[in-house]
Parts: sequence; structure tokens; C-alpha cells
Amino acid sequence: MASLLQVSSVSKHFGGFTALSEVSLDIAQGERFGLIGPNGSGKTTLINCISGTLRNETGSIVFEGREVSRLPAYQRTRLGIARSFQVPRPFASMSVLDNLLVPYEYVEHLKEADAGKQAMDILQRIGLASKAHTQSNQLSQVELRKLELARAMAARPRLLISDEAMAGLSGAEVDEVLEILFDLNASGITVIMIEHIMQAVMRFSQRVVCLDAGKIICEGAPAEIVKNADVQRAYLGA
Amino acid sequence: MRFWISAAVLAAASLGLALSPVNEYFFYAAYVVLTFVVLATAWNILGGYAGYVNFGTPAFFGIGAYAATVLFRSLGAPLAVQIAAGALMGGLLGFGVGMLTLRLRGIFFAIATVAVVFIMETLMINWRYVGGATGLQLLRPEVIAPFENYIRMLFVVMAWMGIAGVAIARYVQDSWIGRGLRALRDSEEAAEACGVPTLKLKLFACTVMGGLMGAAGAPMPMYLSFIEPASTFNLNYTVGALGGAIIGGMSHWLGPIIGALLLGSLQQIVTVTISGEVNVLIVGVLLVLFVVLAPEGILGLLKKWLPFSK
Amino acid sequence: MFFSFELLLEALMFGVLLGCFYAAVSIGLSVSFGLLDVPHVAHPAIMVLGSYATYLVAGQGLDPILSGVLLMPVFFVVGVLVYRFYYESFERRGTEAGVRGLAFFFGLAFIIEIGLILVFGVDQRTVEAAYIGESLELGEYRVPYRMLVAFGVALVLTFALTLYLSRTFTGRAIKAVAQDEPALRLMGANPVRIKQWAFGIATGVSALAGAMLIVVGPVEPAIDRLYIGRTFCIVVLAGLGSMTGTLVAGLILGIAESMVLMFFGASWAPAVAFSLLLLVLGVRPQGLFGR
Repeated sequence: MASLLQVSSVSKHFGGFTALSEVSLDIAQGERFGLIGPNGSGKTTLINCISGTLRNETGSIVFEGREVSRLPAYQRTRLGIARSFQVPRPFASMSVLDNLLVPYEYVEHLKEADAGKQAMDILQRIGLASKAHTQSNQLSQVELRKLELARAMAARPRLLISDEAMAGLSGAEVDEVLEILFDLNASGITVIMIEHIMQAVMRFSQRVVCLDAGKIICEGAPAEIVKNADVQRAYLGA
Repeated sequence: MRFWISAAVLAAASLGLALSPVNEYFFYAAYVVLTFVVLATAWNILGGYAGYVNFGTPAFFGIGAYAATVLFRSLGAPLAVQIAAGALMGGLLGFGVGMLTLRLRGIFFAIATVAVVFIMETLMINWRYVGGATGLQLLRPEVIAPFENYIRMLFVVMAWMGIAGVAIARYVQDSWIGRGLRALRDSEEAAEACGVPTLKLKLFACTVMGGLMGAAGAPMPMYLSFIEPASTFNLNYTVGALGGAIIGGMSHWLGPIIGALLLGSLQQIVTVTISGEVNVLIVGVLLVLFVVLAPEGILGLLKKWLPFSK
Repeated sequence: MFFSFELLLEALMFGVLLGCFYAAVSIGLSVSFGLLDVPHVAHPAIMVLGSYATYLVAGQGLDPILSGVLLMPVFFVVGVLVYRFYYESFERRGTEAGVRGLAFFFGLAFIIEIGLILVFGVDQRTVEAAYIGESLELGEYRVPYRMLVAFGVALVLTFALTLYLSRTFTGRAIKAVAQDEPALRLMGANPVRIKQWAFGIATGVSALAGAMLIVVGPVEPAIDRLYIGRTFCIVVLAGLGSMTGTLVAGLILGIAESMVLMFFGASWAPAVAFSLLLLVLGVRPQGLFGR
């Protein structure tokens, strides 16, 4: 399979604290990729560096053959990388529907009428259609997470990064979101999933990487990762 | 369509008013109030729509006034050219300050705008061509027919500038630019993740704001027949622009109009009856009250109390 | 512009004294804005309030610096109240707290300034003390005693605060809350109470800074505008939250201003702080020792 995203020796420091240390990944086109690790291990920092919210200090990030680590985040989104935020960041003054119109306008450059229809389709799929005209600051935590995912989907990415989109969802809701992600993947979208809900990661991912303290400690098929001693130690403590 | 009809009506009305036998004082006072309408409307394009607070209104306003002065003194330029120059210089200053600080957090931009006021004031104090610290007297040119006197003409100029400014604000607000600005105001990171070129949009808003403020400043030297740094770079303009927008309501172009009209009228009454300082004190108190209790401004209060939404 | 080595040395000496004074005046902001992230544009105004309070207390016959020290607990309480109000009204709500928070402090600064004008008028006020008006003679050079007093107080204040933040439990809690609030919460500490305490200290320090201000020179209500430039310039140049950085940055600004004053004249001096601020923001916004 062709390589979609190559992360090479990426490091990121915050003052004296090392968040990422020489992290390297190679994600294939169309892959379903899982990223796990205890809190504070650097998962979100890695995602931030890939999406452009943060700049990596060393190393390179190559997307579809193009070096993107010097590009501002909005350009990376336009190139096809979309992500949801772990702590939801809705456009609080706008309705749910209008939230989705932003990526439609700025990534797809669609007119409001066309965009509106497609946005409603996404809302339908994700189960927020009834709240389309509700102001987004009135949504529940769970609804906000769905909005995050919907907004990332609206950017029509080729790489979708879902950052703990399922936190707080019920079993049935987790299944719903998983089904959406499977569908997206089936239509050709590469998906990176960050989750703490192990059964979701294991069901979804073809390959899993485990981060701890800014370094990759294990990489492989889901079944192997679960059995790996280092991984167990990272999660449960020494 | 309704907007443009109202605009045309107001433009015609202002002209009619200027040609009618209304008391001279009205035009003197109305000019100042209209200046604040333009300043508050301009302020809101960056402050209300994008969420970046500009404390340096006097710098943009002042650069327009001084640009006009320089052109008038050196070339005898007509008012239209002065206004264009004011808009250009204001826009350039907006772009410059933006390039320097809009990449950083909001408070750094805000403090930078204060810095620009002082730097500009210091530069003008030390520039003898425009009168330095003592200022410069200016002789108004002959007034163009059909106006009776220069102030009446300036009133119409400022009224039309107000309408133009509001039209620009309205366009920005209702266009895709406005949606992008609102997105970056609500969450800059999420906006970037949605493909919004946040820096470019902020620069655009800052440049437009600067240009409008510069244009509003350009006729001031003609209005006063005089220009000097202290009163031109007066921080009271900051309070008027910022206060007008926040008190009126930052989410819609109607807000700054309401706020500026209110504060402008208040100023006329209080300054004359009590004192200039008490007026500024009242505006300061109103600002704090609104920011704490009614952050949506008067527009927000109207939306709550009246059954129909605007 | 007449250049001579003696003038340069005098400007340098004066700059060092001035710089330490500026650093002490900015240290409150280093805490409230640098560490606590509060957009405290009213910091200089509160300091000027401290100057006028010192004027009133010193008018009763007390030494101005002593008056400043006595006022510190009062201003501490004021600071706690202001932070509490700010937190309840803005920090809790999030979203456009940015615009509203800035507008709030700006409004506060304006109200203080105009209030002072209404009560005291626009004339300059001064205080009297044994060390004001006299100078120390060191050979060719004369160093005003009041500058030495301010310099001394400034050093003591800066060191005291730096020690407090690094050695005491509450001090380190303040630094911790600046760096990692969620972690602090997990440890069971209440970040709001810590921030409140820190803001109170910053405001208390401002009272003493105000006393120093009126010792060093006459004050008038609008002087806070100049100090917005100086304090923010120093805090940004230092790097947010760095106390030692504040001293270094203060020295840089003091010397720069003193040089400009000596060789270019008083009409250019006010722009120095603001120009330096813009330069730092453009070239190195994280400052010298920024985190």
C-alpha cells in the first residue's frame, strides 16, 4: 500500500518538558490506525504536530509526498488532513449547522445552499440532525464530541484523525461512531484513531502504536499490543 | 435591498438637513457624533467580529488627520484626496501593526496598539512641519456650493462616510469573511483546523478597520481649523470607539451605531452641563457595567426584552 | 547631541537606578499577567492609586516609603476582591472572555484615572522626605538620594518576591498553577484561591511601587498611560513569569531611556518603552527568559 503519511523523528518540547522524542510513523493509504497510550504520553501533541496546530522542532512530516511541517494548519486541512479536538472546541456563537458550514466554505469553497444539504447529511449520519439549528454552546458533552467529528468529516479529508471522539459515549453510541468511521474508511479515507476505549481501538485498527512519555514503546497488530508487557506497564504503572 | 434604500434615504436626508435652516450648533455636534459612529463601526470589524481588542483608535484616527494635514499644507489637496490619503495611511498602519502582532495572543495586539498611539504622538510632537507640540492652524478653503458653510459640508461628508462604513461592516459581517472571523473568534485553533486562514482574515479586518478610522480622522483638521498632537491622540477616542461597540452590541453592525449615538449624545449633554471628565467617567462605568452584566450590549438586551429577534 | 564619556557614564548610572525602579514597578504585573495570565492593563492605574494613597498617608507626617508599606495589606485585599470579581465574571465563562476581560480592565483603569482627576485635579502631587531633593556627591557625579532609596527598595522587593516564589509553599504553588493548573487540581489544591492570593500579593506590591513612584518624581493621574508602556515592555521583554528576567529587562529599559533622555531630549523619552515593546513583540515575543 502507498504511504500516505510519514512522520520522521519528530520532537517537541515545552520549556524543559519533552512531549515527543524522535517519534517516527509510517501510515499507509487507506489504513485504519490506532494510537494509544496513558494520559500525558504525547498522543494529542503528536496529532497537533501532524495537523499543524503545533510546530515540531525537529524531524519531518510528509503527507502525500509533500513536506508539510512548515505549513500553517489551515493549509494542511486544505491538503486533506482533518482532526477532531479531544476537548471540544465548538464555534460557540454558531448553530450546529453553521459550525459545519465553516469547513465547507473554507476547504471545499461550496456555496451555502449546496453546503447546507451536504452538512445535513453528515448531521443525519452522526445523529445530530435534530439539533441542526441549536446554538452549539447548548449541546451536551457527548453531542459536542459528535459535532467535533462531524466538523472534521465536513472538511472531506483524505486523512481523518479522531481524538478521543468516543469519550463518554454509551455502548450503542460507540458502535454508531465506529460504524461511521468504518464507512469513511471504506470510501477511501485513512483514519487515525486515538481512544482509551480499548475494545473500540482493537475492533477498528489494523495496526496500533503505543506511546509513553513521548516515545513509541510498541507497534503492531491489536492482538499483539494488548499482550505486550511494556504496554501493560505503561498503563498500569511500574 | 431594504438596507440600500434606507442608506439612500439617509444620505439624501443628511443633504437636505445641511441645506435647511437648522441651528449651526447641530452640525458641529452631529459631526462629532457621526465621527464616533464611524470609529465604533470600524472598531467592531476587528473587535466584535474577530475578537481582537484595539486600544489604539487615536493612532489610526490621528494618522489620517496628519496625512490630510500634510497633503493640505504641501499641495492644497481637496478634501476628497485628504480622505483617501487618510484611509490609505490608516490601512497601512493597520496592516503593519497586524503583521507585527496578530500572530500573537490578543492581549499583545492590544498593548501594541497602545504603543502605536504613543509612538505616533511622539513622532508628531517632534515634527515641526505639522506644528510639533504646539500644533498648526489651518485656513479652510472656500466652501463649495450649495453649502452655506464648511461645517455643513463636513456634516454631510461624515454622514455619507458613516453610511459607507456601515455598508462595509455589513458586507464583512454577512459574507464568508464574516463567518470565518466569527469562527476564529470562537476558537482560533478549530478555525484553522477547518481551513480558515486565520492570520490573513485578521490582517484583512485590521487593515479595513485602520483604513476606516484613518478616513474618519482626515476631515478633523478642517473641522477644527487646527491640529495638535495631544488632542488628536487622545485616549478618549479609544473609549468612544470601544465603548460604542461594546455598549451597543458587538455581534451586529447595528450595535456600534446605537452605541455611538448614545455615547455621542451623552457626551454632548454631560460635557456641556457638568464636565468633560464626568462624561468620560460615566462612559467608563457604563463600559464596565455592560461588559459584566450585559455582554451582548444594548442589541442583546433588546433581543431579550422584545418578542421578535433582530 | 553632544557626546562625552562623563555624560555617558552619568546616563548609565542613572539608567541603572531608573531600571531597578522600573523593574520593581513591573514586578506586580509579572505575577498578575506573567504568571496568572490576567490581562491586567489596569496595573499601572492601581499603582498610581497607590501613589495618591501614599500622598494622603504621608501627608499625615509619615515617611512615604513607610506609608507605602502600611498600604500594602489594604491593597492586598483590594487585589483579592478584584481578582475574585474578574474570575466570577469572566474567567469562568470562557469564550469571548478575552475581549470582555480586556475591556473590563481598561474600563477599570479609566475609572481610576478619571476618579483621581475628579478628586485631586490634574496638577502634579509630590511628597516630602529627608532624602527627596538632596543628592549624593561622588566626585564629578551627583546621584539623587531619592533614586538611591527607590533603588534600594526595588532590590529588596524583587529579591523578596523571587525568594517567596521559589522557597515558600504558597509561592511554589503560585508558580505551579501558572504552569499546570490541572495537575495542581489533582493534588487537591484550589487553583482559584491560589490565584486570588497571588493577585492580592501583586496588588499589595503595587502599593509600595506607587509609593516609590511618588518618591522618585511628581505624579499626576494620567501618568499610568506612560507606565502601561514601561511595565508591559519589561514583562514581555523579561519573558512571562520570570522574576529575574524582570530585573534584567528593567535595567535594559532604564538604561535605554536614560540614554535617549540624555542625548535626544525629554520629548523622545516616552516613546522608548513603547518602541522597545514593539521591537520585542516583533522579534522575540517570548522574551529573554520566556517559558
